[in-house]
Amino acid sequence: MAPSYENLPMEEDDFDESQIDFTDLEEQFQERLDESLDAFVVIDGLPKVPEENRPKLSKFVLRKLNSVGKVKEDGLFMPLSDEGQTEGYAFVEYNSPAEALAAVKQLHGSPLDKRHTMQVNKLTDIDRYGREGRIKEEYTAPEIPPFEQKEHLRSWLGDSEARDQMVWYRGEKVGVFWNEREEPPESVVDRENWTESFVQWSPQGTYLISMHAQGVQLWGGKAWSRQKRFAHPGVNLVDFSPSEKYFTTWSHRALQVDENHPVPGMSIEEDGKNYVIWDLATGKPLRSFATIDVPSTIDAEGQPVKKKMQWPTFKWSSDDKYVARMTQGQSISVYELPRMNLLDKTSIKIEGVMDFEWAPATPKRDGIKTYEQLFCYWTPELGSNPAKVGLMTIPSKEIVRTRNLFNVSDAKLHWQSEAAYVCVKVDRHSKSKKSLATNLEIFRVREKGVPVEVVDSIKDTVINFAWEPKGNRFVLITAGEIPAQGAAVPPKTSVSFFCPEKTKGGAPGNFRHVRTVDKKNSNAIYWSPKGRFVVVATLQSQQSFDLDFWDLSFDKPKDEKEESEKDLTANLQLMSTAEHYGVTDIEWDPTGRYVTTVASAFRHHMENGYHLYDFKGTLLREEHIDRFKQLIWRPRPPTLLSKEEQTEIRKNLRNYSKVFDEQDLAKKNTANRQVVEARREMLREWLEWRESMIEMLQEEGAEIELNGGKILSNEDADGRVEEIEEIVEEVIEETEEVIG
Amino acid sequence: MRPILLSGHERALTQVKYNPDGDIIFSVSKDHVVGAWYSHNGERLGTYHGHQGALWTVDVDPTSTLLATGGADNTMRLWEVKSGKLLKTWDFATSIKRVEFSADGRQLLGVTEKRSGHLGTIVVYDINPDPEADQADDHALRIVCDESKATVAGFSYLARYIIAGHEDGSVSQYDGKTGELLYNTQVHEDDMQVTDLQWAPDRTYFITASKDKSAKLITAESLEVLKTYVTDTPLNSAAMTSVKDFVILGGGQAAMDVTTTSARQGKFEARFYHKIFMEEIGRVRGHFGPLNYVAVHPQGTGYCSGGEDGYVRVHHFDKAYFDFLYEVEREQAQANL
Repeated sequence: MAPSYENLPMEEDDFDESQIDFTDLEEQFQERLDESLDAFVVIDGLPKVPEENRPKLSKFVLRKLNSVGKVKEDGLFMPLSDEGQTEGYAFVEYNSPAEALAAVKQLHGSPLDKRHTMQVNKLTDIDRYGREGRIKEEYTAPEIPPFEQKEHLRSWLGDSEARDQMVWYRGEKVGVFWNEREEPPESVVDRENWTESFVQWSPQGTYLISMHAQGVQLWGGKAWSRQKRFAHPGVNLVDFSPSEKYFTTWSHRALQVDENHPVPGMSIEEDGKNYVIWDLATGKPLRSFATIDVPSTIDAEGQPVKKKMQWPTFKWSSDDKYVARMTQGQSISVYELPRMNLLDKTSIKIEGVMDFEWAPATPKRDGIKTYEQLFCYWTPELGSNPAKVGLMTIPSKEIVRTRNLFNVSDAKLHWQSEAAYVCVKVDRHSKSKKSLATNLEIFRVREKGVPVEVVDSIKDTVINFAWEPKGNRFVLITAGEIPAQGAAVPPKTSVSFFCPEKTKGGAPGNFRHVRTVDKKNSNAIYWSPKGRFVVVATLQSQQSFDLDFWDLSFDKPKDEKEESEKDLTANLQLMSTAEHYGVTDIEWDPTGRYVTTVASAFRHHMENGYHLYDFKGTLLREEHIDRFKQLIWRPRPPTLLSKEEQTEIRKNLRNYSKVFDEQDLAKKNTANRQVVEARREMLREWLEWRESMIEMLQEEGAEIELNGGKILSNEDADGRVEEIEEIVEEVIEETEEVIG
Repeated sequence: MRPILLSGHERALTQVKYNPDGDIIFSVSKDHVVGAWYSHNGERLGTYHGHQGALWTVDVDPTSTLLATGGADNTMRLWEVKSGKLLKTWDFATSIKRVEFSADGRQLLGVTEKRSGHLGTIVVYDINPDPEADQADDHALRIVCDESKATVAGFSYLARYIIAGHEDGSVSQYDGKTGELLYNTQVHEDDMQVTDLQWAPDRTYFITASKDKSAKLITAESLEVLKTYVTDTPLNSAAMTSVKDFVILGGGQAAMDVTTTSARQGKFEARFYHKIFMEEIGRVRGHFGPLNYVAVHPQGTGYCSGGEDGYVRVHHFDKAYFDFLYEVEREQAQANL
């Protein structure tokens, strides 16, 4: 069944429209004929005052009301009760319906004094919702539905073979599969039109997200039923907080929410907004935001430069307590979750700020008792002030470290996955601004005083950089010369490996260059999620599709170790090289056992499909699938085992692997037997059929046919055989010699 | 398996054929010339001149005495293989897309193209195997294809049926004597032209190739599909190997799209599938245009392919090819010892 957004099971047969009772809909969406009442609002929650104080109160209220629009002359009417007191409400007529709307939007809920809060509603709304019959006279408690057992959302983790799942989006179909190594993947669920643009996993793999014109839907559990849906018309992108509690949806088109365009779950507050931040548990929007226009710059030829939108715009702190957005060049606004109020009610002013990045884990800094969240930002040179990189803690807003930089044209911030280091890749220009070079400024966040180490031995520009996850080594790619405009051939690139020196105490020492591989085309780095192994690849290229699989902790025999690399914490080894024509995406499975490479139809239409490699670069399977778009591994939540338990397992790995080897072997044998059996059957059927055909031809006397199409000549029939002798002479070598 | 490259043609090859002994290869091309080659070393034996347009088809009779050709000059011609002498020319209103002799060589069929005012037909002539004798002017049988035009056709065993493949992807069975349509079935996808039809040596079954990227093994008697071979490219030709139970499929991106695609993407490879298990065994690269025709040596010792690139590539199988056996085939072979 194709799960449409509304999921309406419609019976096709004998559908008579006139039989449907539309009265409820008509009532709900009735046209409001009396447009003139649109300029009226009703105010509640005013203090009750005697008649003599009425003008004073009116004046006070009018001042407030006039802050958003112009109230008509004599437009405020405050009725009196029989006791000569005001009733605590008032009727107001604005000059235009638009002003009335603005009043409702901005003044509703605004405080008058400590005890009174103003409630502003449209007169037409009062009529619509408060009309007789709409509200019951007696209070009835809302019915709380009895507890329902939901499906286990993490059941996939209990697979007895510890297999991983992946989602495929090809053609119009989305399917989830178990990875089976050499065997074809086992289908879990496969549905037509499951999504309208793409699919995505939540960061811990609990939900599969499908995108629709009306909003996003979350799927999960064993039956792959819909868990939640969130209406956001025209949604383009989704971004989850690290622990899946909240998420952001974005559409490039501003939301339109008003009486004529109701959106379920959204209020008038969301009108005109682009971003919505949701609470996943309640399914309700927490707060919405409009896009901040980035000031457009003009390039050398006077053409406006199209600024790329930064995504995610709202960045989550690692503990899900904060979400922050930068206003480029001005400030960073940090909001506290789940209330979504601005931290300390102000944005953090950072003049010129270009980019910021939260630490991906709570940094455990030396000598600090309470660990706080941390983000790193940088500002460019402003007038005579140098460019700066800073680290700021949240919520205390303390600047932990800053560093001045000179001749900066651009900087990129790279956090190590455990927030032990942050590397600032600084592209520096020479005085003449003609040549570029790159510095790496590595902040050791955990150490006291946050020492900075500079790696400035790099002559060329660094086009890509990646830390080893949970490790302290990194890989970077440099490009020789920036290609001239329109050059058909991209420049050759070099891949360099760095690691810390060995020190006596075992703490990571200074970062040292291990090796550089020249004359490559590589431009992408993909570390195994468990570290140690890395794939260096060439993506988005027309000519080259290399995949290099490296091991950084290769166990070399001792005597073969190179003298120069003895005191390094890395042993580099190229394990294997592969090629995947038209590769566009590369992904490791969450356990670091497999790598998939995809030629996606999102980018081109040549040989769409995927390859599956193991961690050491052995091709396990390749499949060409028409209009193959996405292959994404289902993420796994962080392990529940303690560090000690993990080392224990690693120690006894041999005992465990024995069991798995046996299982593998048994599985392979049964599979092979089935294949062989099927072939035997096919061969038997075929031979039988051939036999029957030959018999039939013999009965028919079809001699030529039985002889394979050759006509038996008379001589052959007489048994006279012509003998043909064929002499084959092969010249092996010819030499000419002059004799005498 | 180093191929021999026959580079005597100036334009795209349209069909290549071995004679029944397998020592000669006949090739026709859009350059108007019929070529004859020694299959073992690729030396040219001779050419047959006379056609005034692109050639579409060629066939040789079972005794290697007579050669039939057809082409875009709206003629079907009969030649003496030995001397290259033109024996007979039949004129038509439209071009000839396919010619084929019956198993005994006493009948010859031709498939004519459909054009405004002319429906596609299959014509059959009685042939006198003596090259000195006069050949009949008039056809013995004429089948008009009023539904969808025939693109390929051939005689079944004992010329009992005439089997034709159509533009709409269907296959028809006609009575070989009366020309009456006995049966028509949609074996390939709708409107996916049947591009080739080649017979097993005993003519009890045949293989079809189609633009729907698949080839099918079909019985002549009931038009039952026995096997299906699925590829990822439109197919132009399919052949069966003797000795080994393989099929060879050839094709590639449509010729008109070739200039915009690289050789890699065009998939200009000959693909080997196991005839019974329907699994791909291997591929042979080399052509830089689509393969228009593949023909197998009647004794199963090699094959040749004619490409849109203007070359014929002749391959002789090496030992590894003959040694290759599936486990179940090996069992079977041992059981028969």
